[in-house]
Amino acid sequence: MTAQGPAMSLEDQIDLWRSYLRRRQAIHQVDVEELEDHLREQIDVLVGADLSTDEAFLVAVKRIGSLDVLSREFAREHADRLWKQLVVAAPESAEATGVRRTDAVVAVGLAIAAAIAVKLPALFGLDLDDDAGFYARNASLFVLPFLTLYFVWKRRLDRQIARWLVLPFIAAGIFANVYPFVSEGSSEVLTALHLPIALWLAVGIAYAGSRWGEVSGRMDFIRFSGELFIYYVLIALGGGVLTGVMAVIFQAIGIDIERFFESWMLPCGAVGAVLVASWLVEAKQSVIENMAPVLTRLFTPMFAAMLLAFLGALVWTGRGIDIERDALIVFDLLLIVVLGLLLYSISARDQHAPAGPFDLLQVVLVVSALLANSVALWAIASRINDFGFTPNRTAALGVNVLLLVNLAWSAVLYVQFLRGRGTFASLEQWQTRYIPLYALWAAAIVVVFPPLFDYI
Amino acid sequence: MQLSDVMEINKDLIAASSTPIVLAILAEEDSYGYAILQRVREVSGGRMEWTDGMLYPVLHRLERLGHIEARWETAETGRRRKYYRITEQGEERLVEERRQWLAVDSTMRNIWNALSGSAIGGIVPEGAGQ
Repeated sequence: MTAQGPAMSLEDQIDLWRSYLRRRQAIHQVDVEELEDHLREQIDVLVGADLSTDEAFLVAVKRIGSLDVLSREFAREHADRLWKQLVVAAPESAEATGVRRTDAVVAVGLAIAAAIAVKLPALFGLDLDDDAGFYARNASLFVLPFLTLYFVWKRRLDRQIARWLVLPFIAAGIFANVYPFVSEGSSEVLTALHLPIALWLAVGIAYAGSRWGEVSGRMDFIRFSGELFIYYVLIALGGGVLTGVMAVIFQAIGIDIERFFESWMLPCGAVGAVLVASWLVEAKQSVIENMAPVLTRLFTPMFAAMLLAFLGALVWTGRGIDIERDALIVFDLLLIVVLGLLLYSISARDQHAPAGPFDLLQVVLVVSALLANSVALWAIASRINDFGFTPNRTAALGVNVLLLVNLAWSAVLYVQFLRGRGTFASLEQWQTRYIPLYALWAAAIVVVFPPLFDYI
Repeated sequence: MQLSDVMEINKDLIAASSTPIVLAILAEEDSYGYAILQRVREVSGGRMEWTDGMLYPVLHRLERLGHIEARWETAETGRRRKYYRITEQGEERLVEERRQWLAVDSTMRNIWNALSGSAIGGIVPEGAGQ
């Protein structure tokens, strides 16, 4: 070893290099270890070829390549890490700040446009109270076209695709309004519930842009949907506090704001908040650690324990499920929650991590939900003739089957992964490929159900 | 091997060939990053130069796809080292890659031969493909 002048020791140099590497979000601790092993072996070989340690270090570092390029490659391979890096990695130039300002202006502009859209029908005499059905059926049309537009603009989407994206909204506008719905009947409620789900696919295609065909693109969309939901709930809570305080202080001077709140603040705020929340998710996703996976970690064990207790009680007491008319909907909700827990733990999971206790817990959760649901389905199937096929029950049954198939196959793939027979990626792929089916089923309910059941 | 002899091979070609090369090297025996790069230099006669770091995202991609498996071991130097092993699925992929590359290879050979038979006489001119 030649210790010349004030030069740092090799270990110090490697430490420094390692700390540079660690700052890159896309490169994780294990990758740093792997790269360090590489660096050290290269240095050993070069020192063996009579280079000084300083020279050997420099050559070895140079050979590994530029850290920027390297971390970009890592981020491309590990899209889940990229998700956290999207904003942080952007160069903090004046230009970038400008871009972000434009982004904010566009988002707020579109939020205002959505607020105007929701007030527009009032000009034609449609009142929020008297024509609640109209507003319920068209709720998604006041928001989602603007949200889609935002992503078309933000992702600089191909004009060709953008043009295709107009079609579902036109179709939605037609089907939500031409059928002679019985006021507040099941069909109308079903349309109001399912139209947003169907149109959410269009938002997803705009969101993922050219990456819609890739697993990582769709996975990002799933993450986006979860984070958006959380931001939206937070904004709604804040809005509740704001209006509460407002109502109280205006009351102090003898002004009742209820009318203003009901006809302006609530509808405009509800639609505008979707745009603002989306923009926040896009802009702030790396500032706050993603919330959906955190909540998933918290609630997966609790739901698993609850379901096991339920199944245990079922076996212990020998009681059948007391099937009421709408029991199926309760079990649909259960499956939706379980699927959500599964999806968001998949979205946050390090794909390369070996199977651990949490994975086992996840399988227990999914399998016990499937068992509970099967018991319920069995009970319902035996009495379906007594109940008959109403639109609600048929829709609930369809959703149940759709989720059942998804979760059953997920369980198979997960068990294969646990036993080392399959990869985690195949589970992810299954989930992302399944996404369009939800939208198709929702679209079928909107398009086919009303005429099928005489618009009741 | 002198560094100045290194031929510039375009990035797309490097990227496209990285999968079969890495899989083939791992089909010979289990290996780790540094040794894989050494092997690439060896079999290419030094004509293929990868930026060392770039190998790792490739390895991680193949791992995610289930073509290879990783494990940590303590090397004789006492350092922890990540070894990779080809899986059955990876072997299938390698057979498929090989089939495709042979098809490309034989197409190229035929077209080069056809060119050398023409008036140009063995020298492929710049921009012959345009």
